[in-house]
Amino acid sequence: MPKIKIPHKSPHVDMTPMVDLFSLLLTFFMLTATMRPAEPAKVDVPFSVSEKKTPDANIMTVTIASDNRVFFNVDNGPDTILHFRPKILEEMGKRYNIVFTPEELRYFEKNSAPFGVNIKDFKAYLAAKDSKERDRFQKGIPIDSTDNQMALWVLFSRQVNPTVSALIKGDGSVEYPLVKKVLDILQDKNVNRFSLITSLEKVEVVDAKDAKK
Amino acid sequence: MAEIIQEDKHKGGKKKPKKHSTAIDMTPMVDLMCLLITFFMLTTAFSKPKVMEIVLPEKIKKNEKVEPPKIADSRTLNIIVGPNDKVYWYPGKPDPAALVPLQETNFSATGIRQVLLDRNRALFKKIEQFQQDVISGKLNIKQDSLQSAIRQLKKDDDTGPIVLIKFYKKARYKNFVDIIDEMSIVGIARYIVTDINWIEEGMVEHALGMPATSSPTAKK
Repeated sequence: MPKIKIPHKSPHVDMTPMVDLFSLLLTFFMLTATMRPAEPAKVDVPFSVSEKKTPDANIMTVTIASDNRVFFNVDNGPDTILHFRPKILEEMGKRYNIVFTPEELRYFEKNSAPFGVNIKDFKAYLAAKDSKERDRFQKGIPIDSTDNQMALWVLFSRQVNPTVSALIKGDGSVEYPLVKKVLDILQDKNVNRFSLITSLEKVEVVDAKDAKK
Repeated sequence: MAEIIQEDKHKGGKKKPKKHSTAIDMTPMVDLMCLLITFFMLTTAFSKPKVMEIVLPEKIKKNEKVEPPKIADSRTLNIIVGPNDKVYWYPGKPDPAALVPLQETNFSATGIRQVLLDRNRALFKKIEQFQQDVISGKLNIKQDSLQSAIRQLKKDDDTGPIVLIKFYKKARYKNFVDIIDEMSIVGIARYIVTDINWIEEGMVEHALGMPATSSPTAKK
């Protein structure tokens, strides 16, 4: 019996279409990418019907996490020449008699992640090597009346950048008294207009009167 | 040198160029691209989060005397957001002598929205009609002037309710957003977020079946 010859197939596959597709996708993602800033805590924002987009620049964000920690962040756009962030930190340092070196200020300017750090720990926070070490300092910004650092952050942010607008990003499960406290702090510093960060939800209004007809 | 000699050897005969395969091994390239795509996909924030604007009334400074605005009781609607997604509402003014029972409802489409809609139907219809006219082209105005036109409609309205929103201490932030959202869905022209008073706290606690803890003296 003659041996059946199995046709010898090359293991090589033509990858050109695959490469084509991949380069297309890659270009798309690279062009549309806006880096998601690192979040120190997970926040589940509630839903609303508002379709207004979050502003890019001149914002200060107060984040309230579900474990009642409060974070703060100032952002005045990625390509600023005005250097608001280091100025705010410098003012904060002056109030608490902490002198920040130019390197520390520059580091703070470049890493615009929300922070929930007591100002007394700030030097150690800025010197932290990795995010794990940094997270240890994220205990939330003190907001009690004895040491209200949040109020000072808001105050200095507004002094350095008067056009800043307040954003509140709260977790849906936070209880109202804490929200009220944060709102009070902002109102004490004459911020009466807030933007609450929400995710979009579609709602239909069904009028019971119309439905009966 | 060796090559030249070889070429010499072939001279005269048919020139046969060495055939190179056109296929390049693209596997490393694909590997790299896969990695980059995954990276960009994970770091991209696709849809920007939306924001909802609220404006709170300015705080009254301690040594400033401001007359509270007079509003008609008949147009006032009090909404108290309670714990566990419950909403209570009652019309008029709280009166410790003759307590109005709280009505309990929820955040579903047939809950508080119907209550608000019942009171705000005239304005809601007006806004809806206005938007319909713009969409169908009956009215020719730009999108951004539409917003200000609706704002003007709301400002001129004098039939809708004046809603006072209050929060019981166990209310959640989610419901805070929900109730303000409800205002914009129904198109309430006048609403305000205020502090709960001790009478209302007692009313909520009564509705929840809890022993009343609040009294005028307990209030800070």
